[in-house]
Formats: sequence, structure tokens, C-alpha cells
Amino acid sequence: MIKAQNLTKTYGTATVLNIENLEIPKGQCFGLVGNNGAGKTTFFSLLLDLIQPTTGHIINNDVQVDSSEAWKPFTSAFIDESFLIGYLTPEEYFYFIGELRGQNKADVDALVHSFEDFFHGEILNQKKYLRDLSKGNQKKAGIVASFIGKPEVVILDEPFANLDPTTQIRLKGIIKNLAANQNTTVLVSSHDLSHVTEVCERIVVLDKGELVKDIKTSAATLKELEIFFSGAEAPDAAVAVFEDEE
Amino acid sequence: MLKHFLSLQWKSFFRSASFKTNLALKIFMGFFALYFIVAFLFMGVGSYYLIEKAEIGDPLEVVNKYIIYLFVLDLLIRYMIQKMPITNIKPLLYLPLKKGQVVHYSLGKTVASFFNWGYAFFFLPFSIVLLIEGYNPLGVVAWHFGIFALIYCSNFINVLVNNKDSVFYPVIAIFIALGVCQYFGVFDVTNYTAPFFNGLYNAPWMVILPWVAMIGLYFAAFNYFKKNMYLDAGLKGKQTVAKTEDLSFLNRFGNTGTFLKNDIKLIKRNKRPKTAGLMSFLFLFYGLLFGSGAVEVYDGPIWQIFGGIFVSGGFLFTFGQFVPSWDSAYYQLMMSQNIKYRDYITSKWYLIVIATVISTVLASFYLFFGINAYLAVLVGAIYNIGVNSHLVLLGGAFIKMPIDLTSNKKAFGDKQAFNMKTMLLSLPKLILPMLIFAAGYYFVNATTGYILVAAAGILGMAFRNIVFDKIEKIYKKEKYKTIKAYKQKA
Repeated sequence: MIKAQNLTKTYGTATVLNIENLEIPKGQCFGLVGNNGAGKTTFFSLLLDLIQPTTGHIINNDVQVDSSEAWKPFTSAFIDESFLIGYLTPEEYFYFIGELRGQNKADVDALVHSFEDFFHGEILNQKKYLRDLSKGNQKKAGIVASFIGKPEVVILDEPFANLDPTTQIRLKGIIKNLAANQNTTVLVSSHDLSHVTEVCERIVVLDKGELVKDIKTSAATLKELEIFFSGAEAPDAAVAVFEDEE
Repeated sequence: MLKHFLSLQWKSFFRSASFKTNLALKIFMGFFALYFIVAFLFMGVGSYYLIEKAEIGDPLEVVNKYIIYLFVLDLLIRYMIQKMPITNIKPLLYLPLKKGQVVHYSLGKTVASFFNWGYAFFFLPFSIVLLIEGYNPLGVVAWHFGIFALIYCSNFINVLVNNKDSVFYPVIAIFIALGVCQYFGVFDVTNYTAPFFNGLYNAPWMVILPWVAMIGLYFAAFNYFKKNMYLDAGLKGKQTVAKTEDLSFLNRFGNTGTFLKNDIKLIKRNKRPKTAGLMSFLFLFYGLLFGSGAVEVYDGPIWQIFGGIFVSGGFLFTFGQFVPSWDSAYYQLMMSQNIKYRDYITSKWYLIVIATVISTVLASFYLFFGINAYLAVLVGAIYNIGVNSHLVLLGGAFIKMPIDLTSNKKAFGDKQAFNMKTMLLSLPKLILPMLIFAAGYYFVNATTGYILVAAAGILGMAFRNIVFDKIEKIYKKEKYKTIKAYKQKA
């Protein structure tokens, strides 16, 4: 589904991302972990053509992302608040995204209402604009919006951050279900190792832009990751540069 | 303690994003400020002699008569643009400071605002001239201090009424009504206010009154703030109850309709675009300056077309100028959604065209000033739709300035407004139609001039598709730079 080849991103003399070869098959739930500045958001931004690669390219379902826009109909994402339109109510926002993705009001209603559990009664019919919702509730709305229109690729940057425990657990279920039952390719990044090992069937570790681990998730994965990030293997992995992963 | 506060203030000023502009702009802005200071100084010195020469009475008394309107205008301007001191209080709440100190500091900050001491450039020289001209020194000093106390009263009143539209607009409406009454000689409010201001001079002890009022208002503001210094009270941002709107009649326009719906909500629900809309309404009356003898230069025939462009194109200039920056807060979303740039640009174009048409219809009152006046507006509208609408969209590709929708702070005079490319693009918006008209006017007659300008507009419409292709290409080329620029907070 997604192929990255010789992909690098350089700012001045600093290389923030350098991936020689990465393939993500269709329907995989793919986890990306790494410390601040590891290149996670850079990779996602490249996938969405929000920044240009210095060398190489990404191919998403036979579409080269930086030269054609044909990937847009089947790809959706929630990266941060800049994916929300603050002056709309959540409902209006869902309909807006739905209209852009060729869904009518009824389609959107049906999808959104299947997430009522996830919303926990704090999103719909609140008479509030998105900008006035709490961070966690904004995130809930943004994540659900990225499911509108049956996308084949869903990209979520740090979806678990800022969510309350109940919602975190529900989100894990939703993501697993997307990949397993609807054959959606889901890309998730997270700082929470236990969440990501629980949800993803494959985990890739980035460190200063380099791909250092590519693990098929098993019972031993969490331990392996914890050892890696505790510094046993990479002594100075915690240098934050260039990226703002708030 | 004060030292800490001052150093915070110093840093927040010199490290603010707007301060980090390029050197040329800083120099330009410096000159701009200097120009205003000098202009005010001259006004301060000159107004005495001007009033004296005009022989409408004693200069001080004339100033005292109309000064009430100055205060109302001052309050209006403050209400619209002066920033409230609450914004930077939050981080101070958690520190071991007494609440009183924080409030004193915040209010003190408003005291140092340009909105207050800016008046010194007028009133100081004016008072000095009064002294030179032999007015009673004690009276002049009392008057001067009285006026300043009143300016500060206005400052604290603004702090108190901030964001209370229900109080504010009626007050302004009453004063506008009073002004109109005075103009038509029905009722003269200044007959009742002037004695007070004259009293400041004639009976210097009266200066106590404004000072007492000022000190009273200061403590009222102080108490109000102190009482409301909680995150869920005074420090809470203004939250409005969301109204969902059904604009589904726009659905027939497909994707363009989707964006149009969004743009209408954008304008209705955000402060900054709302101001742009309001200003475009005021542009309707700009034409009154032309041909009415109000400003001499404007009476030339060629300037009529200049006025016509502005009257119908208010929205184009206030809103259109900043496309696509209005969407800067969620530009990343727009760029990764299933959106065709063509639809996006088309929707903005329709918005501008609809607004231009509405302005043109509203401007029909110019018919009272003769068919020629309205003809200029009509021709201006055609040119705006045919040519200028494309030019603003083109210019937008180069204005990479993130807009904070909820704040009016930079609504007047943005630094990016001065970028070279947009300057060059704004020339054909105004100068070109004037030149075309002039060609027709001087070689044949005015009618030919109008026809030529309208023809240019119609020609522009005919080339719409080709122009849109070009604009689309430029937007795509600038995409990454634009995303990067929008990420930096203003």
C-alpha cells in the first residue's frame, strides 16, 4: 500500500529523516515510535505532502504523493489542532469533511452515531464551537472526522495523548477493528509504548531520523522497546531537535 | 517586584513576533510613527491659530465645545482595538504574588498604552500655545490635567465595559444620534457639556472632579478584576453559544457551495473577518468624498473611477486581499483533504463577486448625486469582478501571513501587507482603470472612458478560465512555503 524509497528530509545540514526503504502492506496496523525529534511527524507530513522530500519519494497505492494528488480521496489524517476548523460546531465540521469526501448528511450521521460511545456525550449537541472544547474533546472530534468517507489509509499522530483512560481504551478497540475488519491501513505514532504494542501488529522505531528497529509485535515487544528507550542500546537518544511534537 | 514585572514587559515587547520584521520595514514604520507624531504636533500648535483665523470663537472654547465627540470617538477606537490586560495574567496566577500586585501591574500596563499618551502630542503643544497667547496659566494647567484625567477615565471605562456589546453599542448609538441632532440644529448636546470643560479653565478647582472620577474608576476596575481573577470568571475567554446554521440552499453549487457555506460561517463567527465585513460596508460611503467638494483633489473626473472601484470593492479589498490567509489556522487540513484547488479558488471568487454585487446594489443611493456618480460605481463593479477579483486571488498566493481569526489586533496595518509583490499587484487594481478612463476621457469623452473601463472588466471575465489555471499553478507552487509560514504563529 505505502512504499517509501530513499526518503530523506534535510534542513540546512541536519538530516531529520532518512528512510532507505519502508513498505507498509494494505490492512496493516502500523505503529511508529521514537523520542522527540525522531522524525515521526516529519514522516507523516511527507505522507500528506505537507512538506517536500529532499530526496526520494513515497508511493501511496501506486500514487506518487509529491507529484500527484490522486492519493487524497482514499487517505485521511488527524495530526494536530490545525486539522480542526475552530469556528464550526463538531457536527458542522463532520458534515464539511463528509461533503469533501463525497458523503451525504445521512452517511455522516450514521458514521458519527456509531461513535457515540467514544464521544461519551461530550461532542454532539453541545452548542459549542470546536475552539471552545477541551483539548481531549477536540482530539476525539478530529479522530472521528478522519474516519469519514471510508478511507483506505488513516494517519493518526499521537492519538492517545490528552485522552482520558476510558477513551484511550475505546480508541484502541476502534483502531484494531479498522485494520482487522475493514482492511484499512492505519498508521499511528505514540509515545506510549504499551498502547502502541497493544494496538499495532508492526512497530517501527525511529531514532534521529533513522529507522533503527522494525518489529513484528509479539509478547516480548514491549520489553524490547522499554530496554531500547531506557537507553541501554542507544545512549543519547533523547536529543530533541527541529520538531515540535506538542 | 516591579523590576520583575518591568523586565517581563520589556521582553514581551522586544521578543514579540511582530517586532522581528525586517530592517527596511522597521525604518518604514519608524517614519510612519514619526509622521504621525509630527502631524499631531502641528495640529496641536496649529489648531489654535486655525480656529482663531476661522473666527468661530475663542479657540479654547471651540475645542471645549467639540471635545465631547473626541472622547466618544476615543472610546469607540479603544473598544475596537485596545487590547485588554487580562491576556498575560494566567502564568502569573500560579506564582507567589499577591493578587493585588498582579492587578495593579495589569492595569498599570494599560496606563502606559499609546492610546493614552499619544494624546500628549496634541494637548501638550496646544496647552503651551495657550500659555504663550496669554491665557491664565493656572487655568490652562488645570484644564490640561483635567483633560488627561478624562482620557484616563476613558481608559478605565474601556477596561470595565470590555466585551459588553450590549452596553457599548447603545451608548455609541446615542452619541451618533446626538451628533446628527446637533448637525441639523435640533438639539445641541455640546451646550450642556461645554460649560464643564470651560469650567476646568475658569474655575481651576474643578480639576478635582475628573481626578476623583479617574481614581474612582481605577479602583472600580481594580476591584472588578480582583474579584474576577479566576480561570472560570474574568480570565475565561469569551465563549459563545454555538448556533448551527442550515445553509443547505448552497448545496446546489457542489464543492464550491461547501466552501461558500464555510466562508459565510467564517465571517459571521469570527471577530477579525467580521471587522473586515463591517469595514467593507463603510467603504460604501467612501464615494461621498468624491464630487461633493469635500476633498479638492477628488473632484477631478478621473478620481470618480477611483471612488467607484472602492465603493463596490470594499469587500474585495478588506477580505479578498487576505485569501487564503483566512484559512491559515487549518490550512494543513485543507491541503490534505480531498479538495481541488480549483474549487477552493472558485468559491472565494464567488464570495467576492456576490459581495461586490450586493455593494453595488446598496450603493444605488449614489443616484441622488446624479447618474454619473452611480455610473462610476457600476463601471467600478464590472472592473472589480472582471479584473480585480483575479488580482486579489493572485496576490493572496504571495501573502503568507497567518491570521488570528479571533483577534482584531492586527486588523489595521499588517506588516505583510507591505510585501513587494503585493504592492506591485495593487497598482493595476487602482491605477490601471484610472489610466484607461483617462485615455477615453481626454481623447473622446467621459462616456467612452466608462465604456473602456467596463470593457476591460468584461475582457477579464472572458479570460477567467485561463487566469484561474495560472492562479491554480501558482498556489500549488507556493503550497509548501505557505504551509510553513502558517505554522508560525503570528
